[in-house]
Amino acid sequence: MASFSKPLSAWWPEPLRLVLFLVGVLAFVGLNAAYLVWVERKGAGRFQRRPGPTEAGWAGLLQPIADAIKLMTKQLIVPAGADSTLFRLAPLLMMSPALMSLAVIPFGESLAARSINVGLLMIFAFGSINVMAIMLGGWSSRNKYAIISAARVVSQNVAYEIPMLLVVITMIMVTGTMNLNEIVAQQAGAFWNWNLFKVWINPLMPVTFLVFYICMLAETNRAPFDMAEAESELVAGAYTEYAGMGFGVFFMAEYANILLGCALATVLFLGGWQSPIGILPGVFWFLVKMYFLIFTVVWIRWTFPRTQFYGLLNLSWKILIPVSLVALILSSAMMKLLRA
Amino acid sequence: MKRSLIELATGFNSLLVGMRVTIRQFFRPTVTVHYPHEALKMPKRFRGHIELVRDPKTGKAICYACKLCERACPSDCIAVEGAKLEGAKKKSVTQYVLDFTKCSLCGSCVEACRDNAIRFSREYNLAGTNKEDYIMDLFKRLENERLEAERTEAPAGAPASPPAGAPGAGAPAKTVEPGQEVK
Repeated sequence: MASFSKPLSAWWPEPLRLVLFLVGVLAFVGLNAAYLVWVERKGAGRFQRRPGPTEAGWAGLLQPIADAIKLMTKQLIVPAGADSTLFRLAPLLMMSPALMSLAVIPFGESLAARSINVGLLMIFAFGSINVMAIMLGGWSSRNKYAIISAARVVSQNVAYEIPMLLVVITMIMVTGTMNLNEIVAQQAGAFWNWNLFKVWINPLMPVTFLVFYICMLAETNRAPFDMAEAESELVAGAYTEYAGMGFGVFFMAEYANILLGCALATVLFLGGWQSPIGILPGVFWFLVKMYFLIFTVVWIRWTFPRTQFYGLLNLSWKILIPVSLVALILSSAMMKLLRA
Repeated sequence: MKRSLIELATGFNSLLVGMRVTIRQFFRPTVTVHYPHEALKMPKRFRGHIELVRDPKTGKAICYACKLCERACPSDCIAVEGAKLEGAKKKSVTQYVLDFTKCSLCGSCVEACRDNAIRFSREYNLAGTNKEDYIMDLFKRLENERLEAERTEAPAGAPASPPAGAPGAGAPAKTVEPGQEVK
């Protein structure tokens, strides 16, 4: 037995870890995707001085379950002439990167499925697949309008990936690592040690956070940049031909991506699981910060009207990219001057 | 350069102002009426379909079937029948059929009535599955109202006669008093 224990402990936690990660992340994402829809609808209601869903369960808490049952009972229609393989693949392709990326997010000091050294790189590598998924969804449904919408999404996401990556490069330069757990560890202490407030490294740090947040909204196709779906002007944009749970998966993926984006913003700028006042476990603080950002996403959606497409691209190319470039150059110059 | 920076700053500021406005609304009480559970009380001068007025002394309709309203109606949607009861000085109404499908709520009948025997009801929960629901006998409606009131006053456990579902109930089956809870 004793001779067995060492190799056993060496290899069996790996599958266990994998299973725990799969179950944990699937449950977390599923629950969040379902209940963020509830939060969104409740929030929308409150912002418009109405109560939101109230009928299904207490305060409408059973509404997501009712919605899910409704979506699952609907027929999955693949339009005639559509590329049925790609058509079915697109929602999964949209959902899986978000699930994969959550593997490297540190929810607590030791609560990350994998603490790999290139965590940040991995998230953005997988994040780029999203565009492709929407593109494929529009392309494979053999619908002119869906393809046009998908093309808009591609130009939007390409435009917003640039400032986002510039911001991330700034952050990598400032922190000197791509390991998310280390990035959080560097922000230990009171809240002025969060990257958001580290103005002595780069006076544009809060602006950098804003750029990141705006790009996150645009990358996840959220209002006011929700050109992909634009349900009030297009039918459902690139998802026009999707019925039932096919659409449901896209919908869940949208919330999973918001979750991921807000988690990443928390890790990069708001000190992740670091407690600002030194009490309560890190997971709690992580979730508080993340859900505050998610609430802000909802808040923004019900405050601002959808931008025009030109305005959208102008914002990226004329404002966000120059600003993030200035932040990048400024922080590199300051690092060179201050550390040399 | 300077102008665009100023524009950027003021633009961003206006976004924050907008967000402040919405978050204030967020914490204020809701203003919606939860319609199936509660309903707005209709204002005093709301023009629903007409109804007969009860004489508070006798508890019966004031109307004595003079048919002025019938004549005043431009859409020809009122048909009144009356009969002289034994021992009574005046006739009293026995049938007051309002064809609400033709009525345009002009109010000529209410104006024409000399004794204020008809008035606008505050009924707005009008929904039916067939046209016949809207050819209502207002006299029967008044009688049913009286029976209903008697039934609710009667001690519990008394055999209840079918209320609104009775034949010729007049108004559509699911009518309720405004402001009252609808089940």
